[in-house]
Amino acid sequence: MTDNSRSIGWPLHLSLLALAVLFPFVFSSSFMVNFGVLALFYAFIGQSWNIAGGFAGQLSFGHVVFFGAGAYASTILQLRFGMNPWLGLPASAIAGAIVGGIIGFLSFRAGLKGSYFALITLAFAEVLRILVNSVEFTGGGLGLLIPAKIGANNFQFSERIGFYFVILSLTVVSVAIAVWLKHSRFGAQLAAIRENEDAAMALGINVFNEKVKVMVLSGALCGMGGSFFAQYFLYIDPTIVFGVDKSVEMLLVSMIGGAGTVYGPLIGAVLLAGVSDVTRVLTNVQGLSLVLYGTLLVIIIAFLPNGLIDLFKRLGQRIKQRGQ
Amino acid sequence: MDLTILGAAAINGLLIGGIYTLVASGLTLIYGVLHIINFAHGSMLMLAMFGVYYLLVKLGIDPYLSLLIMVPVMYFFGFWLYKLLIGRLAQGKDENILLITLGLSILIENLALMFFKGDTRTISVSYSDVMVEVGPTLVSLPKIISFGAAMVLCALLGLFIQRTDTGRAIRAVAKERVGARLVGINVDRIFAISYGIGLATLGAAACLLMPIFYVSPTTGHIFVMVAFTVVVLGGMGSFLGAVVGGLIVGLTESFGGLFLGESLGQIGISLIFILILLFRPSGLFGAKR
Repeated sequence: MTDNSRSIGWPLHLSLLALAVLFPFVFSSSFMVNFGVLALFYAFIGQSWNIAGGFAGQLSFGHVVFFGAGAYASTILQLRFGMNPWLGLPASAIAGAIVGGIIGFLSFRAGLKGSYFALITLAFAEVLRILVNSVEFTGGGLGLLIPAKIGANNFQFSERIGFYFVILSLTVVSVAIAVWLKHSRFGAQLAAIRENEDAAMALGINVFNEKVKVMVLSGALCGMGGSFFAQYFLYIDPTIVFGVDKSVEMLLVSMIGGAGTVYGPLIGAVLLAGVSDVTRVLTNVQGLSLVLYGTLLVIIIAFLPNGLIDLFKRLGQRIKQRGQ
Repeated sequence: MDLTILGAAAINGLLIGGIYTLVASGLTLIYGVLHIINFAHGSMLMLAMFGVYYLLVKLGIDPYLSLLIMVPVMYFFGFWLYKLLIGRLAQGKDENILLITLGLSILIENLALMFFKGDTRTISVSYSDVMVEVGPTLVSLPKIISFGAAMVLCALLGLFIQRTDTGRAIRAVAKERVGARLVGINVDRIFAISYGIGLATLGAAACLLMPIFYVSPTTGHIFVMVAFTVVVLGGMGSFLGAVVGGLIVGLTESFGGLFLGESLGQIGISLIFILILLFRPSGLFGAKR
């Protein structure tokens, strides 16, 4: 994979950040800010998937297991133990990290790779969904409702723009981690593991350790996504936060935008949020946006395996060549 | 606990397990020959079930009679789907084909949602409510017919693979594709045929399931996990494994529901899946990986 993110790095990062900061002031309608929140939310959880699935090549079909663990950890701590919901963010990161560590440890110790790893994550998500669905403590199938109590210190904003800047900050952190992975030793080791595990081992990389580490990191981020989700919608239930749909969305956003790239999930997320908003406004047909997305996934895997970001990169290179 | 209740749970579990076996035999055939994991298996089954539903509702064709239609239709659908799409895109890593079949399943499920809407549908036929005494309990007639038919179809599939020339060619390709090609077998054709047969078993399973189950665009989800569990438990690519695995999974589901309640009872299948993959990835009858 050619990568020119270092040469165009900082100007690109800063101009994108400036655009993102200006967005809710330029498009200040509730509809557009909501669109921004959802796009950034998908970008954030997509990036968390991308860190394990893209950078390290550990494809997961059940990433929602971390998302749900984070959502339930923070919501239960808030409702049952009166913890401040802002502390839910670090708590959910810890919950996601623990679940990521356990699943990574068990699966990688058993030597599961590729499709087998993808399927076992799906099964773990099912187990947690069923458990949470069956236990009184977690509210069972009815889910948990967070009572509305507007106030910034209570993680509830009267204007959506407050949520926008929270999720923007989280996304910036996740992008920074992705940039770090591109340039750090840890990231290089993950890339080696992704390309050829045996060769990576021969080079002296502790494959098992690095893979568990990346699951912890990815799980922590995804867990925070769950906590944000709970605060934004003030409601969670097992089917929503442990369901297959969210896992698939994270994977789609990342694969379609470009797995293993810094800005791939962002592109995929804007597209996913955009397509679902446009189809909802124009037609009343259920399922249309995912029909488009499923088709796009097949086409991308077949013809553009590095994702849509490749189109941008090619465009950038062509412009550069013209300039010379 | 009362023995009658246990007996009834065992019988019900075995009966549904027979159909799981049929669904899983298609999955295990596709894996054994093509070495691809067909994640679209559940959504293809759902599609076939809608086919059976509309054949009855629109044309008045009995679901069991629909076997004569659905099996060949699904076979040709699978054959051409492989030839035109999956076979061409299946190059390279196994993750890619998993993602392509995932994309297909998203596509099929949401197309179903667009055209059929999200409602859950059931059918009723004249013999739906006929009860038969089996040992300690009463069982609905369609369940027994479906189980019997599933077992017969599995046996026929096994005979086909063992006895016919095409079956021999399928086994040859499964074992050693290069060698098969060297002795003049058209390997790509065998791939398409295997995928077709894999989907044909779903056509059959749909006809047997419809009188005793329901269908909605997300019905496939239920069977994806079940089918993968059966296949992993029995051993990827093993027919005998699919039969034993199907019955065990059916029993697990039935006893799980009995002892743990409706909600928690579903946990057994996913737990089996996880434990087998972690501790005995070759399954009960599979070759060592």
